[in-house]
Parts: sequence; structure tokens; C-alpha cells
Amino acid sequence: MKKKYLLNGIILDPKNLLNENGGLIIDEKGLIEAVGKNVSKENIPGDAEIVDIKGKFILPGLVDMRVFVGEPGYEYKENFRTLSNAALSGGVTSVVSMPNTSPVIDNVSMVDFLKRRGRDKSRINIFPAASLTKNTEGKQMTEFGLLKKKGISAFTDGIKTVQDPQLMSRIMNFASQSQSLIIQHAEDNILSKGGLINDGEISTRLGLQGIPSLAEKIIVERDLAFLEEYFCRYHISQVSSEKTVLVIRNAKKRGQVFTAGVSINNLSLNENDIGDFKTFLKLSPPLRTENDRLSLVQGVNDGTIDVIVSDHKPEDEESKRLTFSQATTGAAGIETLLPLALELFHNKSIKLEKLIASMTSNPAKILGIKKGSLDVGYDADLCLLDINKPWVVKQSELKSKSKNTPIENRKLQGQVITTFVKGEIAFNRI
Amino acid sequence: MAIIKKPKAVKKNPNHLLGIQDLSLIDVSHILNEAKTFISLNKSSSKKLDLLRGKTQINLFFEPSTRTQSSFELAGKRLGADVMSMNIVNSAIKKGETLIDTAMTLNAMHPDIIVVRHQDSGAPNLLSQKVNCAVINAGDGRREHPTQALLDALTIINRRGKVEGLKIAICGDILHSRVARSNIYLMNMLGAEINIVAPKTLLPHSIERLGVNVYTDMKKGLDNCDIVMMLRLQNERMQGSFLPSPREYYEYFGLTPDKLALAKKDALIMHPGPMNRGVEIDTNLADDINRSVIREQVELGVAVRMACLKIYCKK
Repeated sequence: MKKKYLLNGIILDPKNLLNENGGLIIDEKGLIEAVGKNVSKENIPGDAEIVDIKGKFILPGLVDMRVFVGEPGYEYKENFRTLSNAALSGGVTSVVSMPNTSPVIDNVSMVDFLKRRGRDKSRINIFPAASLTKNTEGKQMTEFGLLKKKGISAFTDGIKTVQDPQLMSRIMNFASQSQSLIIQHAEDNILSKGGLINDGEISTRLGLQGIPSLAEKIIVERDLAFLEEYFCRYHISQVSSEKTVLVIRNAKKRGQVFTAGVSINNLSLNENDIGDFKTFLKLSPPLRTENDRLSLVQGVNDGTIDVIVSDHKPEDEESKRLTFSQATTGAAGIETLLPLALELFHNKSIKLEKLIASMTSNPAKILGIKKGSLDVGYDADLCLLDINKPWVVKQSELKSKSKNTPIENRKLQGQVITTFVKGEIAFNRI
Repeated sequence: MAIIKKPKAVKKNPNHLLGIQDLSLIDVSHILNEAKTFISLNKSSSKKLDLLRGKTQINLFFEPSTRTQSSFELAGKRLGADVMSMNIVNSAIKKGETLIDTAMTLNAMHPDIIVVRHQDSGAPNLLSQKVNCAVINAGDGRREHPTQALLDALTIINRRGKVEGLKIAICGDILHSRVARSNIYLMNMLGAEINIVAPKTLLPHSIERLGVNVYTDMKKGLDNCDIVMMLRLQNERMQGSFLPSPREYYEYFGLTPDKLALAKKDALIMHPGPMNRGVEIDTNLADDINRSVIREQVELGVAVRMACLKIYCKK
């Protein structure tokens, strides 16, 4: 590979506090050789392969901590190839894949399969998560140590929550030994039983059973109580309500060490968007009130919430063309993660550095991976962003195999033009 | 203080009767005026008209129903339509067919109107998007039961002349009740003041935002009311325990003569049926011909449904 010189860009790298005009050099091995304002036309060799960025942003490739891929078992919803294409068009170069496949990723032999498929069929970096419990049944913990050795970067039951308090306390106690990252999807099954959307005025009007925000708060409070006794690497997958934001903010103030994420859907949409029973907006955790959404935005701003995820859950048409109560939960969103998040920058809700950090360096730090920043010597995983480009989301133009976007026809501002993985152009918008 | 708030969650569907939320005051007046013309017809010896001759009406009931289904069937027949009632228990739904596929199949038979009842809220809305004919909601989940509210309004108007200015108490299992929701929207639109009376566990979240006064004490909630509308405890929809026992419920929320005494002297008792005597209503009160209009509700139900079929079939 020839050295590449990306010039005349704006370097934005929250981890290294870079936000300046400059360039970036990719060496022969696809690693970052130099970055910053010193990389300019004046001090590079005359015969270099120059790419003029023309004032676009150079960002680290995004790290998305919550992505569902249909392999194995649900290839008709999404496979590694389609996921990879979708991710790259949105500037995402690393993902944590959820273990809710068929069979579930809960043993060592599955990990080899995933790594091989991920390597052969996709161009992005796949960091597979394994389940916390066997078959995500919430009864028997998985082999954290052995799985971690095989390359599992996080443990979560994905769409499920470990309900049994005794088991959860033991998981946290045991997992600390192997320094395993525990990710909890916080929802009390009994409180949310039969629930379809947020418990509130909209659920009353639509006649749909509600999911109270207490169902989330109670699990977070429980787990934080365990965390005081059994310290481990603990991350709350997605926060959806003001009540939980307050619990997390207070716990962090008290000095408890843990992290939390939020889905871009909960950050950008609210329960009113469900409208006339739109099943594409049936999500878990559910979209809540505008007040909850504003609390989540505030949570990202003040560091209560560390990570923004796409919660990319591709679902085929047949799973969604049903009555609201029968339809499957989840929305596709990996390719719109960054543009939709930029809405929060353009409307001045969240500062750009904060926003980008929550999708790059913060998740990388939580996962303990060398991604999400433009350090010299790191893989040149990056994307070039035209931050002001207006465009409209169209189902038909999505690269994901499933088209269940919750923001069809939404007018967005900002689009990824080019995505590099390990120094090579993996996506280029024509 | 009752505030009339425009619903924002659901779009208007002018070609279908999916819920009171979609209707304007003009729509409601039209239906009620039309229904009035059928009241005397239904009492006469020759009840058959040919307004819907040549039209096909399909009753699609996914939930068991006695009065609503027979009422719609009779209404269609009295207007001269060809009425087919689908027996869902033996149908393809049980073999795994989805609602949309059923809709497409029926649509291919060119019906003019489909009357649907479904256990899932919003099912008639989904159906209406997939068929070429009019859809009338005969009750969906806990969302709406528009023809029930319309017949309740007609019954009140028949007895009291108008709804405007009346104080109406709706008592019982509000949480699971589509009848309560439709009646709240409709009576609010017609200018009544509405008191909701229920134990806290059977009150939906933010129900006060629908423009009602909320009470958990029957004695306060019935005070000076013109209409007392009782609802059935929907045990079949209850997951887990909402109440200690029917006995305790009857003690505090059952309609008894002493509680009724707090309402206006001539207050009317209404109930959408089927009743649980001795659970939500005293059996003698239910049969009291001076106070109870429960049977009149059923009678006028046919007239209201005839009006709805006539109006929506035309569109």
C-alpha cells in the first residue's frame, strides 16, 4: 500500500483534544503516521499520493457498542456483508455485535465462527459480545474467562435483563476476576410485562399497555447496589428515562465507577413519533416523553451518559407488518447514527466534541480497544464527514438488508463521504 | 376542570370509523341525526329497508362478542346489505395467517364495508390501510369502541334532550376499557363534564390529560351527576392482581342505592354490558326501570350502527 496524505481537512479527535485544520498521513501498513496542523502541503514529499479533503472533517471511525447482526440464524434480516456496507456508509468502523442470534453466542466454539465470518465477509472490525447467561435464559452464567481469552470484549444478554438478583450479584462478583465487561439491558420483566410503549398519555390514548420507567430504574438501582459490594467493569446498555439519569448522575457523584449508554433513538425521538401505531418505532427501551429525551441530552452533556449507540436491530418486513402488539421490537439505524446525532449538534443541544467522543473514544475506552481515536500508530480507521450536507433518509437507499428505519423521510444535515478501514478506502460516496 | 384537548397521536381517517378521536362534531351530529331516523323504524312491524341493497358487509370478530356482533348483523340486514359474519375460531388466523393477509383475502371478495373487532389496539387502523372498503371499528383492545359511545350519547339525548351541560360519571375498570376512552372523547366533545371513578390500580396513566376529573371515592365522584355509567371489571384482560377481591371492589366501587343517592334524584344508570351483577352493580338497580337505561342502550345500538353503516358505506 502506498502512503496516503489527506490534506486540507479539519481534524476532530476528542481523545487527543484535536479540533484543528490539518491533515493526516497513512503509512504503508495502513497505520496513522502523523496527524494535525503540521501535516500540510509544505512539509510532505513532492511525489506523495495526495487526497485533498477540501475542508471536510476527518473523524476517527465510529465505535458502535450495540449492533445486532443476523448471523447465525437470522441471515435474512442482516448478514455480516450487509451490516458492513451499512456501517461503512455511516462512518462506523467498529461494532460490538449482540449475542442474540440463533444459536446464542454463549460458548467458545461460537466465537471462532463469528470471528471467521466477520473477517471474511465484512470490512469493519467486529467485537463480538457473548451472553451473560447460557442461552440468555438468566439461569447459568457463561464462561467469562475462557470467552474473554478467545476474544470476547463484552458480556450482555442483549435484549434481555438478568432478572434473578442472586445470579446477577454472583455474575458481578465472579466477572471481576477476569476483568470482564458486563453490559446490562435494564428492564424489570415483571413491571414491563405486556408493555408496548412508554407508560403515559400516549399509551392511554393509543390503548397500548405501558412500560413504566420504574422498570428501568429499579434494575439500575439494584445493580448499582451490587456494584458497591462487587466491583466490576459495569455498563448500562441504554438509558431511556429522566428517573434513571438522576440515579446514574447521583451514583457517579458519590464516586461509583461505571458507565452508561443511550440509543440515538431515545436521544432524537419521543413517544409522540409513534403516531398512528408505527411499528418501526416499537423499541426497547421504549421512546419516552420529550422531558425524558431532554434529560438524556443533558446526561450526555454533563457526562452522566458516556456512549451513544445506534441500537441497530434490523427486522424484516414480515416482523413489522403486524398489529403493534404482535410486531417485533427494534429499528435499523447504524448508517444514520452519525447524521442523526449531528442533528443534536446543529440544533445546539450537544457540543460537537462531546457528541463525537460518545461515539468514538468513549466506547473504545470502555471496551479497552485501540480504536475510536487518531493516535499515531493506530489503525487508520477514519471517516471523512461533510458536516453541513443536507439529505433525506429514504428506506430504498439504505444499505442494511432490513429497511426498518424509524426516521424515514427525515431531513438530516451531515453525511459521511469516505470511510477508511486500516488505511484503505472501504466506502466512498459517489 | 375539564380541558378539551385535541388528540395528536392519531391521524384523521375520513373514510373509516376507527375511533371517536378521528371525528369532528359535525361527523358526530351527522351520525346521531341519521340514527334518530331509524329508532321508530326498528320499533315498527316492517323493519327492512333497501338502502344498502347489493352491498356486502363482513363482520370480522377476533374476540368473542354477543351484543355488538348481533347488533351489527341486524343493522346491516335491516338496511338490506348482504351480511357475512366470520367465525375466527375456525379460520386461517388460527393457522398462523396474519391480519394483513386476512385483510387482503377478504379484500379480494370486494366487500363494501368491514366491521372489525380485535384484541390488539390499532388493529382496525392497520386493516384500514390495506383494504379498499370502509372499516368500522367494533372495539380494538383497550383503545376505542366508537359505536358504543355513539349509542350511549344517543341514549342520553333520547332521555335528556342533549349531552351538553350534563355531569357524567364513568365508574370502574377504566384502565382496560375502550368504552371509557371512546365515551370520554365523545362526551367531552358534546360538552359534558366527566368524572372518572376508579381504584388507583385501574386508572390509566395521565388519564386527567384527556379532560376528566379523577376520583377514587364513589361518593365524591357521583356527587350531583346526571348520568352514572358503570363499566365491567375486565378480568380477562387483567394480568396479575389489581384488586383484593370482588367483595372489596363491590364495597367501594359497586353501584348501590346508597351511593346512587348522592347523584341527582333522576340520574340515569348506564352499562355497556355484559354486567357482573353484585360486582359492579346492585342487581335491583340494574333492573330498575325508572333509573336503568341499559336495555335502551342495546335497542338504540342497532339504530346507531345502521346510521354508521349507511354513512360509511356510501363513502
